[in-house]
Amino acid sequence: MRVVVVLKQVPDLVEEFEIDSDGTDIDREYLTFLLNEFDNHALEEALLIKDATGAAVEVVALDDPDVDQALYTAIAKGADRAVKLVGASGEGWLDTHTRAAAFAAWLGGEGYDLVLTGVQAADDLDGQLAPMLGALLGVPHVSVVVGVEAADGAARVRQEFAGGAVSELDVPLPAVIGVQAARAEPRYAAITKIRQAQQEGGLEQIDIDRPATSSGLTVRRMYPPERSDRAEMLTGTEAEVADKIIALIRDRGLMQG
Amino acid sequence: MSNDVLVVAEHSDSTLTDGTFELIGAARGIADSWGGQVVVVLVGDAALASQVVGADLVVTADAAQLSDYTSEAYESVLAGQIRQREPGAVLISMSTKGLDLAAALSAACGCPLVSYVVGLEVDGETLVATAQIYGGKIMAEVAIESRPAICGVIAGSFPADAGSAAGAANVEAADPPDLATLRTTFVALRTPDAGDVDITAADLLVAVGRGIGSEDDIELVQELADALGAPVAASRPITDAGWLPKSRQVGKSGLKVKPRGYLMFGISGAPEHLEGMRDAELIIACNTDEQAPVFDVAHYGTTLDLFDLLPELTERASG
Ligand SMILES: Cc1cc2nc3c(=O)[nH]c(=O)nc-3n(C[C@H](O)[C@H](O)[C@H](O)COP(=O)(O)OP(=O)(O)OC[C@H]3O[C@@H](n4cnc5c(N)ncnc54)[C@H](O)[C@@H]3O)c2cc1C
Ligand SMILES: Nc1ncnc2c1ncn2[C@@H]1O[C@H](COP(=O)(O)O)[C@@H](O)[C@H]1O
Repeated sequence: MRVVVVLKQVPDLVEEFEIDSDGTDIDREYLTFLLNEFDNHALEEALLIKDATGAAVEVVALDDPDVDQALYTAIAKGADRAVKLVGASGEGWLDTHTRAAAFAAWLGGEGYDLVLTGVQAADDLDGQLAPMLGALLGVPHVSVVVGVEAADGAARVRQEFAGGAVSELDVPLPAVIGVQAARAEPRYAAITKIRQAQQEGGLEQIDIDRPATSSGLTVRRMYPPERSDRAEMLTGTEAEVADKIIALIRDRGLMQG
Repeated sequence: MSNDVLVVAEHSDSTLTDGTFELIGAARGIADSWGGQVVVVLVGDAALASQVVGADLVVTADAAQLSDYTSEAYESVLAGQIRQREPGAVLISMSTKGLDLAAALSAACGCPLVSYVVGLEVDGETLVATAQIYGGKIMAEVAIESRPAICGVIAGSFPADAGSAAGAANVEAADPPDLATLRTTFVALRTPDAGDVDITAADLLVAVGRGIGSEDDIELVQELADALGAPVAASRPITDAGWLPKSRQVGKSGLKVKPRGYLMFGISGAPEHLEGMRDAELIIACNTDEQAPVFDVAHYGTTLDLFDLLPELTERASG
C-alpha cells in the first residue's frame, strides 16, 4: 500500500503580520514558515498506518518557503520517499486550486492508494486541498478526519462533527482524506536524524509545469481586523494586572467567598 | 445563468441549524440586489422543509442513501443542483460538511470558492466576500469575478433572525441523482461520552491553550480554577494532546459555552475556538502576542506572560 502525504508550509501564526505595499497580500519577507499543523497530523496518521501495515509512506510538497526542512523531517520520522515538485509556485501566495491541479497531475501518474493531507491551512482563501484533490482525481474523499485504518483496498475513517460526534465511514481505496487530528500526537524527529537525512540528501526534485488554473478570485484588499471594539488592555505589573482581573470577576459576582 | 442564491441547508437532530438561517438571511440580501430568488437545498430529510422560512423555494432530496451524511452522496445532489440551476451564488456553512463539500463542488463544477467568509456584499453585479485568514489575523476582501460563486461562511457571521422572517417557501423535489454508484458507506455515528464536568453549565470557566507549552504546567491553570471554584476548559490542541479530556474542549468541534465569565490563557483566538465562546458575558484574555485575534473578542486583555500572571491570580483567588 502506498500512502502519499501532501505537505504545505504556512507562516507561523504567532508572528507579526504586515500587509505589503500593494495592500493585497501579506508581506512574507520577515515571516517564518512552518509545516501546516494539520499536515503534520496527516503525516502522523500515515506513519501510524505504516506501523500497523507496513505501508510505504511518501511525502510530497511544492516548492514552498523552507519546505526542504519539512520534507527531511518527514524522512527522519520514517517517510520512505520525499518529493518536491518544482515549477508551480511563483512569488507569494499560491492558491489552492493551482496547488490541487499540480498535485492531481503528479498523483495521476503515480499508483497511490491513499492520499492524506491536513483538513485545512491558515491561508486556504480559495478552499481546502483534500476535497478539491478528491474531486479532481475522481476518487472518494472525506475531510475533518480523526482516524484512518486502512487495509486490503479499503479504509475505515472517522469523521468528526460539532460537539465531538464521530461518524464512521468505509471508503474503498484509492481515496483522499483531510486529517483534522491523528490518533496520536505527532511524533518528534531527533535533530540528529533530521541532519542525517539532510546529509544523505534523499530529496527527489521533480520539475513540473505550472498548471493553467486560477482561483478566479481578485483580492481587492488585505488588512488587519478593524479594532473598533477591541479588548481594553490591562497594564501594569503582574500584581497590578492580577488585582484588576480579580476585581473584574468579583464585581460580576463570579468569585466564591 | 440565474440570479438566484442557493443555500445548502444543514440539520442535526431533525432541526435546521442556526447556521442555515444565517445563510438564508445573507442570501436574501444578495438575491434582492441581483433580482433573484433564495433557493434552499435540503438534503436528507424532506420533512424539514416546513421549518424553512425566509426563502422562496426549498428543493428537497430524500433517499435512503442520503439519510446519513456522506460527502459523496451530498456532493452528487448539490453538484446536480448547481449545474441545473446555474445560480449566481452558493452559500454553505464552514462546518464539517462545508469543509467536506465546498472545495469539492468548486472543483467538480468549475466555479470559484471563497472560504472563511464573514461578510458578503454586492458591488455593481459582482459579489464581494470578506474572509478571515491566517487564523483570524488578517481579513481579505475578495471580488468573485465569475458565477456561480461558492462561499463557505463561518458560523455566527450573519444574524440568524434575518433568515427566519416569516413566509413559507414553495417546496419541490430535486431530480433524483444517480446514487447507485456511491462508493462511500456510512457505518455508525458515535456521540461522545459525557465528561466528568459539564463546562456548558458553569458560570465561570478558566480556559487554557497551547501557550501553556507542556502537560505538567496544566496544573498552574488547575490551581487557579480550583481557587475560583471554576472548571478548566481548553482549546483543541490541548485535548488532542490528551492533556485534558475532550469534554473540556470549547469550539467548533467541541462544546459551545456561554458562561458569565471566560478567562483565557495562551489561546490565540482562532475562528474555530471563538465559535464556541464568543457570546460569553465577560471575556478576559492573557496572550503575549498583542496581535492575537483573541483580543478582538475579549473585553479585557493582557500581554503579560501567563507563567507570571497565573501564580499572582491564584494567590489572590485563594486569599
Ligand atoms: C474543523 C476544525 C475544527 C476545529 N475545532 C476547534 C475547537 O473546537 N476548539 C479549538 O480550540 N480549536 C479548534 N480547531 C483548531 C483551531 O483552528 C486552532 O488550531 C486552535 O484553536 C488553536 O489553539 P490555541 O489557541 O490553544 O493554540 P495557538 O493558536 O497555537 O495559540 C497559542 C497562543 O498562546 C500564546 N502564548 C504562547 N506563550 C504564551 C505565554 N507564555 N503567555 C501567554 N500567551 C502565550 C501565543 O501568543 C498564541 O497566541 C479546529 C480546527 C478545524 C480545522
Ligand atoms: N447520521 C449522521 N451521519 C453523519 N453526520 C451526522 C449524522 N447525524 C448527525 N450528524 C452530524 O453530527 C453532528 C451532531 O449531530 P447530532 O448528534 O444529531 O446533534 C451534526 O453536525 C450532524 O449534522
